[in-house]
Amino acid sequence: MNSPLPDLRADTMPPVDYWSLRWTESEEQIIQVRQNVLEPMLRRLRSGALITVLEGEGAGYGATCDLSREGLRTAALEAREWARASAPRALFEAQYLPRVDWRGVYTAAHPWQSNALGDLITALMETARKIKCHERIVDWQASVRLRHTRTVLCTSLGGKIEQEWTDLMPELVAVASNGIDTQRRSFGADCGRQGGLEQLEKLGFFSLPARIAEEALLLLEAPNCPAARMDLLLLPGQLILQLHESIGHPIELDRILGDERNYAGGSFVTLDMFGHYRYGSELLNVTFDPTCREQFASYAFDDEGSAAERQYLIRAGILERPLGGQSSQARAGIAGVACTRAEHWHRPPIDRMANLNLEPGTSPLEALVRGIEHGIMMDTNRSWSIDDQRNKFQFGCECGWVIKDGEVKGLVKNPNYRGISATFWRNLDAVGDASTWRVMGLSTCGKGEPNQTIHVGHAAPACVFRDVDVFSNA
Amino acid sequence: MAAALTRTDEICLLNFLGEDSDFVRLSRGRIRQAGHVLHSELRVCLIRGRRQTQGACTLTHDLAHNRSRLEKLFSELRLQLDFVHDDPYLLYATAVCNTEDNRHFDLPDSEHALTEILAAADGLDLVGLWANGTLCRGFANSLGQTNWFSTGSFHLDSSCHADNGQSVKLGYAGQVWKSEDLRQAVERVREHLEVLYSRPKALAPGRYRAFLAPQALGEILGLVGWGGFSLKSLRIQHTPLIKLMRHEKALHPNISLVEEHARGLNPQFTSSGFLKPRAVSLIESGRFVDCLADQRSAAEYGIALNAESETPMSLVMESGHLPSLDLLEELQTGLYIGNLWYCNFSDRHDCRVTATTRFACFWVEGGALQAPITTMRMDETLYRLLGDGLAGLTAERELIIDPGTYEWRSTASMLLSGALIDGVTFTM
Repeated sequence: MNSPLPDLRADTMPPVDYWSLRWTESEEQIIQVRQNVLEPMLRRLRSGALITVLEGEGAGYGATCDLSREGLRTAALEAREWARASAPRALFEAQYLPRVDWRGVYTAAHPWQSNALGDLITALMETARKIKCHERIVDWQASVRLRHTRTVLCTSLGGKIEQEWTDLMPELVAVASNGIDTQRRSFGADCGRQGGLEQLEKLGFFSLPARIAEEALLLLEAPNCPAARMDLLLLPGQLILQLHESIGHPIELDRILGDERNYAGGSFVTLDMFGHYRYGSELLNVTFDPTCREQFASYAFDDEGSAAERQYLIRAGILERPLGGQSSQARAGIAGVACTRAEHWHRPPIDRMANLNLEPGTSPLEALVRGIEHGIMMDTNRSWSIDDQRNKFQFGCECGWVIKDGEVKGLVKNPNYRGISATFWRNLDAVGDASTWRVMGLSTCGKGEPNQTIHVGHAAPACVFRDVDVFSNA
Repeated sequence: MAAALTRTDEICLLNFLGEDSDFVRLSRGRIRQAGHVLHSELRVCLIRGRRQTQGACTLTHDLAHNRSRLEKLFSELRLQLDFVHDDPYLLYATAVCNTEDNRHFDLPDSEHALTEILAAADGLDLVGLWANGTLCRGFANSLGQTNWFSTGSFHLDSSCHADNGQSVKLGYAGQVWKSEDLRQAVERVREHLEVLYSRPKALAPGRYRAFLAPQALGEILGLVGWGGFSLKSLRIQHTPLIKLMRHEKALHPNISLVEEHARGLNPQFTSSGFLKPRAVSLIESGRFVDCLADQRSAAEYGIALNAESETPMSLVMESGHLPSLDLLEELQTGLYIGNLWYCNFSDRHDCRVTATTRFACFWVEGGALQAPITTMRMDETLYRLLGDGLAGLTAERELIIDPGTYEWRSTASMLLSGALIDGVTFTM
């Protein structure tokens, strides 16, 4: 892999105990059609490096988009200054941070030919036109974001890790209004994947416009979601956000250690829970899986250089291990996973979700529905809120369907539900099989100070929860 | 350089973003992660006839390297222009209007400031972020226009945490460092902590009289501003303020909101070369007045452009009459809400907002703070909060500078009162 970095001679980097340089480059293309008009296309090229220096008890970083020898040296000197300034006041010893002396490569690149642009624009225009099938469709969009990313991590110990991938984020939106109510139905914002344009066909992107438009129109006439405690069947389009907010975030190790208390919050999970705490029913199995082909956040090494492998985080409902990289593991004295990640070159890596999956069970969707006497099925998140300890949550979805006596009865709009993470997952009563399992991904998980967003992969089946507080509010 | 790359049948719009910042992350009163970021990016809009396409690339300090990057970008953008159609909503400034706005600042040395901060907060479990540095924005086009904006600021966005899980915000931001201001901010935090150390009170779900401090109100207005004042959202009937804009509902007559571009911490020019008006009145005496229209909406709907973004960046609320010193007495019995967290809509059409309490939220009885409260979830419509439930706004307003650092340090701000409200619903 070629990088624009100059040869890092001894005179580029200052004499320190250890340094690492993480170069990241991305090329991004966004194509969006709104109301049959092609919006200005955006092509974005980003490149920069973050240098981490460990000196004595301290650690510091310098990030720069100036990749000349002088620019890198300036960043390295800044990093060393911060390492020295931090040392007497450091939260933890610099020895907890990994020192990479190994090499590795990961490639999942799908080079996109620029001459495919014309065909893609034509396809998106045609897809958008199909959404506008009725005068009540007042806004409609079809878009694709393609991104090609390369990273090189090199270190003073001779370590070198090169990774490269392409990912794609599609989206379809239909907004319907009858002058009294407005409803929105969408597809794709939760379907980020690694891969190229072939993923659009795999996702069924081009066959969905009519369906989302029809559902938006039907929602206008649908009754509001009933309010009661009832059984809840979550399809993957909502289940992944439940997984993200009330399992993924609470078990991030840096959060448990208190690092996020000013911004993203803490957690109801404590270190002494790992190994024995019942997080959910015995049907709950959650894995960290960076090896899942085509999933949004697959990689071979995290951004600190730790080798990534599949691990159970929750097994048969028991909390086993946290989402925490090497430095957090050292601080906490507990095994985690290789999940220290940064948004791009200009942010330091912190504990993040990557691919976080709820493993499939044994029930087909029809069996899940048949098992519900009085309940509701929900899909596609549109509103999410949870407290700073990741306990009291409230979610809203784009649509729901009433289930009565084991049958889907009718569409409802404005469905919401709320609960408490510590008890919600213990009411998990049925897990869908592989036929209900969908590989999805979110692109805007926000955390950290300074703030950063990261893309995460989530794969999950449909699931049934008993006795949930469901309501409409409308 | 970009002008040299532009052909005679093209028009080029350039936007430069630059930032040079220290970021020091704190936890437990110690340094968690410290570093520096130098970041600059050039955004290009290339126009040929009625066709346009956009690109961006990071820059270095090496002119030859920058030229190489820009040549590559221009080449790719030209290729894209061959594929796009005429854009019916293309709009850019053609009348040249040059400006230069260099704001005064006197920033502290970060190490020195941190020494003062950690000394002042000695013994406290301090968590948060110190950000300090300069930022600049520039515009230029191939018609000869140039606009420049530069500023510097520091921002301590942090909180102090008690062993019982309760916490209070400690914030200090500005452009000129004053040790006494920091000392006073820490003093106020220590006063709040005295009450926060008490055993938290658990409240049953229900309706409560409540005071929303400016920070808490800012969280709600921040959510509402996410599409609420957007011309595009109005025209597609998807704004959360649809009932206000259709005059089906109104807010309290004491509510007036203005997007005051001139007061803000942002450039006064837009990314297409227009100058923003001084202010846009959004809500006056509880009634809808106007929306924010960015370049694309202005072209699409034939309305004058009045903003760079359809999300407010410098929102100002008209002050009320309730002296802040009297608010607890006025509240008498109820909730003092210092901050709200994770706001989102539970019913967008009725502008119903849900959020949880966070940072310095107290039970008040007999006009005095009694105890902190355990986390509660609020679910209430804006038409109650700032409508028929509004019992008063404070005379004093607080300048809330957005501490956000997603990709770039934010330049957004709000100037808000606190709100005393009769009957706020808490569901859990």
